[in-house]
Amino acid sequence: MFEHYLSLFVRAVFVENMALAFFLGMCTFIAISKKIETAIGLGIAVVVVQTITVPANNLIVHYLLNEGALSWTGIEALAKLDLRFLGLLSFIGVIAAIVQIMEMVLDKYVPALYNALGIFLPLITVNCAIMGGSLFMVERDYNFGESVVYGLGSGVGWALAITLLAGIREKLKYSDVPDGLKGLGITFITVGLMSLGFMSFSGVQL
Amino acid sequence: MSLRQYLDNKVAPHFHEGGKLEKYYVFYEMFDTMLYSPSSVTNTAAHVRDGIDLKRVMMTVWFAAMPALLFGLFNTGYQANMQITEFGYQPIEGWRTAIVAALTGFDHGNVFANLLHGAVYYIPIMIVVYVGGFIWEGLFAWKRGHEVNEGFFVTGILFTLILPPAIPLWQVFLGISFGVVIGKEVFGGTGKNFLNPALVGRAFLYFAYPAQMSGDAVWTAVDNFSGATALSLAAAGQIDYSVGLTEIAYTSGNVDLSWMSTALGGIQGSIGETSTLAIAIGAAILLLTRIASWRIMLSVIVGTVLMSSIFNAIGSEGNPMFAMPWYWHLTIGGLAFGLVYMATDPVSASMTNTGKWVFGIIIGVMTVMIRVVNPAFPEGIMLAILFANLCSPLIDHFVMQANIKRRMRRSGGVA
Repeated sequence: MFEHYLSLFVRAVFVENMALAFFLGMCTFIAISKKIETAIGLGIAVVVVQTITVPANNLIVHYLLNEGALSWTGIEALAKLDLRFLGLLSFIGVIAAIVQIMEMVLDKYVPALYNALGIFLPLITVNCAIMGGSLFMVERDYNFGESVVYGLGSGVGWALAITLLAGIREKLKYSDVPDGLKGLGITFITVGLMSLGFMSFSGVQL
Repeated sequence: MSLRQYLDNKVAPHFHEGGKLEKYYVFYEMFDTMLYSPSSVTNTAAHVRDGIDLKRVMMTVWFAAMPALLFGLFNTGYQANMQITEFGYQPIEGWRTAIVAALTGFDHGNVFANLLHGAVYYIPIMIVVYVGGFIWEGLFAWKRGHEVNEGFFVTGILFTLILPPAIPLWQVFLGISFGVVIGKEVFGGTGKNFLNPALVGRAFLYFAYPAQMSGDAVWTAVDNFSGATALSLAAAGQIDYSVGLTEIAYTSGNVDLSWMSTALGGIQGSIGETSTLAIAIGAAILLLTRIASWRIMLSVIVGTVLMSSIFNAIGSEGNPMFAMPWYWHLTIGGLAFGLVYMATDPVSASMTNTGKWVFGIIIGVMTVMIRVVNPAFPEGIMLAILFANLCSPLIDHFVMQANIKRRMRRSGGVA
């Protein structure tokens, strides 16, 4: 059992890295990776949000949306319902609510990080990596335990990727990049090369 | 008239300001400083009196790659000639075969025949790499008004040594172009890149043209050849590690393999990677001149030994790679070449001393892990080094932060 969870975790972090294998969450990935400190902050925010939202959505799928999921109510009319078409809608709602709560918590207790993240914390709401995590969870039919591990793993993978990128971009500050490529252009090339480095994990069987 | 005077009086004026070839000054400068040390010195304070500069560093690495190159030249021919004379394979049709047949014939006992057969494959690769790389380097240097950088000579020679001998030349050109332009020049040239350009080029070829860059058919330059490399034999569980270092651990097909043959060379593989002995000579040169970091070399070995011992201890029923001892890991495949020439690249490796240890250990551990648990890739050193290159800025960052914190504590928080 433990081995199964460990392999799921390692796969989510390295092999199926959200940022570098699926290229999800690119907008924040590229915008907030100029400084290592901020990148770590955002990475932690994503890990936390991901670890909460994926299991939360898992519960919603299993107890509200799936065909026959409502049979726990004991009402016959509800037990027949198949509400899966509401999936996207409810995931977005859950994610938005959790991010909102987190924003308040950060504002109260870690104002420095709150200010550093600025507009991008609310933007996590529409971060495709977060949404992607929930959708992958549904597609692969994870149970509750697996969804906790997967949420944590995919969040850590994304956080790792953005921290590595921030490290490289701090080093690239001293680079002499052609004018046309300055800013986003060179960052995209950098991300592409990073993804080449992460190819070493593709195909790992655990 | 000496060459120096000739250059100064006849050639240089054309390239200096006002001369008719002024635009091409960078090319003149490159050849001039290749021949003579430039006389320009620092004018302001903080002098270091030392003959070493970027050019000397690069030249030293270049000479350190010579043993591996010469042996690779011989071995490429030796492998092809042996398959032709002993096992009746046909040489690949074309001008190369015509040259070898006309001059020496295909006798694998004849050193010159082997060298010639290796040279007809290696020399064109080298010419394409240098011409291709020179075009790109020159273009960038010329457009951006800096000097053509010597880093390219090292990138070039190392890139030729990690290719399979019979690779099509247009792929060589594509690979070196990608490595030089995307891996290095878009970031501003030598010293500004974050990945090893030679490895970027090879990784690009590896994923773009797997048929010519991996498998069993590409490592020996004869027609229709297929023979497993030492690493794929190991992955198939056909090597017997218990026989000791000098006994033959595998024999069938057309291959005899012992630990000694993986260490001395004389097996098939990429051009420069087969002989661990030749690479060790290069390593000695690099270490004695202190060009390469001993910390990185040592820590890669430490990481390899550590990880392979762990795998040995775990053991596995279905995967024979688990049982491979560390001394086989070190000599087989490209690990030795990567650890001596690629991992020690001062630009893309970690800069801090503690960071170098972490960097090297990541490479060693990752290489063994990819070899053992990733069936998609037989060899792991290339991707392991690229991955460690990605991590190195972050490693340095944390090492520096830790150092700052330590000193703050020591001084009681007073900066």
